[in-house]
Amino acid sequence: MTQTHTDYRLSQLDQLEAESIHIFREVAAEFEKPVLMFSGGKDSIVMMRLAEKAFYPAKIPFPVLQVDTGYDFPEVLSTRDNWVNRLGVRLIVASVEDAIRDGIVIDDGKTSRNRLQIGTLLNALEEGGFTAAFGGGRRDEEKARAKERVYSHRDEFGQWDPKMQRPELWSLYNGRLHEGEHMRIFPISNWTELDIWDYIGREGIEIPTIYFSHQRRVFKRDGMLLSESEHNPLRSGETVEERTIRFRTVGDLTLTGCVESTASTIDEIIDEVAVARVTERGATRGDDRFSEAAMEDRKKEGYF
Amino acid sequence: MATVKSEQMDLLRFATAGSVDDGKSTLIGRLLLDSKSIFEDQLEAVEATSQSKGYDYTDLALLTDGLRSEREQGITIDVAYRYFATPTRKFIIADTPGHVQYTRNMVTGASTADLGLVLVDARQGLTEQSRRHAVILSLLRVPHLVLAVNKMDLVNFSEEVYEKIHAEFAAFATKLNIPDLEVIPISALQGDNVVNRSENMPWYSGPTLMHHLEHVHVASDRDLVDVRFPVQYVVRPKSDEHHDYRGYGGMVAGGVLKPGDEVVVLPSGMTSKIAAIDLFDREITEAFPPMSVTVRLEDDVDVSRGDMIARVRNAPKPSQDIDAMICWMTNEPLRPRQKLAIKHTTRSARALVKDIQYRLDVNTLHRDQETKELGVNEIGRVQLRTTVPLLCDPYSKNRTTGSFILIDEATGVTVGAGMINSGS
Repeated sequence: MTQTHTDYRLSQLDQLEAESIHIFREVAAEFEKPVLMFSGGKDSIVMMRLAEKAFYPAKIPFPVLQVDTGYDFPEVLSTRDNWVNRLGVRLIVASVEDAIRDGIVIDDGKTSRNRLQIGTLLNALEEGGFTAAFGGGRRDEEKARAKERVYSHRDEFGQWDPKMQRPELWSLYNGRLHEGEHMRIFPISNWTELDIWDYIGREGIEIPTIYFSHQRRVFKRDGMLLSESEHNPLRSGETVEERTIRFRTVGDLTLTGCVESTASTIDEIIDEVAVARVTERGATRGDDRFSEAAMEDRKKEGYF
Repeated sequence: MATVKSEQMDLLRFATAGSVDDGKSTLIGRLLLDSKSIFEDQLEAVEATSQSKGYDYTDLALLTDGLRSEREQGITIDVAYRYFATPTRKFIIADTPGHVQYTRNMVTGASTADLGLVLVDARQGLTEQSRRHAVILSLLRVPHLVLAVNKMDLVNFSEEVYEKIHAEFAAFATKLNIPDLEVIPISALQGDNVVNRSENMPWYSGPTLMHHLEHVHVASDRDLVDVRFPVQYVVRPKSDEHHDYRGYGGMVAGGVLKPGDEVVVLPSGMTSKIAAIDLFDREITEAFPPMSVTVRLEDDVDVSRGDMIARVRNAPKPSQDIDAMICWMTNEPLRPRQKLAIKHTTRSARALVKDIQYRLDVNTLHRDQETKELGVNEIGRVQLRTTVPLLCDPYSKNRTTGSFILIDEATGVTVGAGMINSGS
């Protein structure tokens, strides 16, 4: 048996873990059809780990949903498959390509894949009849997220109404829904970027290799370093060069920037994050830069 | 930002209250800035906005104004959560707006807080609003309270002004349940006594705000005596490998659980012994609040979600008649004979409002016994009858087993927050 702390102290990371496990169990107990939205990024991997712990030694009692933009990093997809296979959970892939083909979303050539994910995701949730969808959003990420509840109510259109949020008290979550509505659940709301890394380090769990320093052919666009890719044709004046980089976030590779870094272990990443002077989204997410209220607007429409 | 790993840090959750004019957003901005928790891109965005608004200073309040409608109206409409860390502690701030109509947000923010931070403007002194905030923090049993007397720079850092407010507040606080009070003179705008000790107030020998937040002792605020384990989820793998495994998942709400302990399962009253306590794939020797664990019992007793595991000679009394303080949170008033859904620990039931005994005036502490209903943002003492017994304790003993929420069955919205005085 493992001795716990004799002074009954629980480190903040253990407290965060306990809170997240509590949320997973609460949702599994109260909702008919939950699903976990899994991108293969570090936040959703931490979610998977917490779900694994919440129900152990039983399997995670709900499937995993990934929205495939068609522009995902292959390293991320392979990590996704390893996780899904190890835990024996069912994977549902909602493809943006398919959604475009089926006319669920419209690719006008101007809208980013990130934005097209919204319609694809909502359609997948509706088709699966899911009443609760776990997301890896953190409140430290962005101003609109800072105001979102752990249980975030969505109407029949999948929309978030920040002014109509239900008060959330103690650890008593209200999961009541009407027909056609669903709940987004954010079990790692209170985690910061540093907590995520500390936890990944402590747990020794697999994350996509692109988080670690590697050589990559990149080019500069709008102040960000983007990966060379057939999906991302160069514009005039842009030149490709090889640099030593890593990714701080993973998403649609046409929009996700990398940073120059030699951090090749979790500890080195933690040191880097601890002294970082720019937020992860500000540094590397083209999707959040369009306007000061970019996230707020997308969330209202039904974004993750 | 800390170089110590968050693994060794502990956690303090605090709620802030005050209006825009008290400089609350500026103070939070200051805490984030001085603890180096603000990133360059955030600061640049705020500097640009300040400039475009024609300010000649960086408006730190802009750091915390989240939604567009708030920025447009220059107000805070909802509870926002902020995070910062020092080498020894991580902090979660529940930032709540101070306006009269937002009592419900303040109650929400205070419900999980270890500490409440109330701001007053040194020029104004105590206002009705600051008293109301202190009353709510006391009702929610937030164990530590800090009164930050802000804008000391605008009263020439006067000791007299500080002492007057301190004395007035201390007198008011004697009527409340505030086990720990600290009154700190600060200037959020200039940073005096926020993180760095002020050279302008040599007469003040107490801690700076940050020092106090870092050192206030919260570990003993938990109840480590009375075992309370609400069963949240029954773990049954039904796999070949774990064929006979049956565990009860939940978060410890009180006391210390150990393998071998004799326990009682409520409401059935069946007794058994704890066979093992699992934390993921490890068996542990003790579980205490707020750990999420899985408890296995020696006997095959019938246990399901909503039940509570406690000690044989120390268990809550199952009660259907609940006497509680309720904060009402919706426009349609609470009235006698009303039926609502109630959620208490992991147990859901229905509740009938039997009587509204009084409405508490949170400004004067006057009890209005003539009242027939509770309006939005009002707090009162209410008698409920529930369809099934609740396994509850007084809120003053345990904030988890003593609290509940009320839900409107038609809209599904959370309409009330309850703190139990007693069950019978």
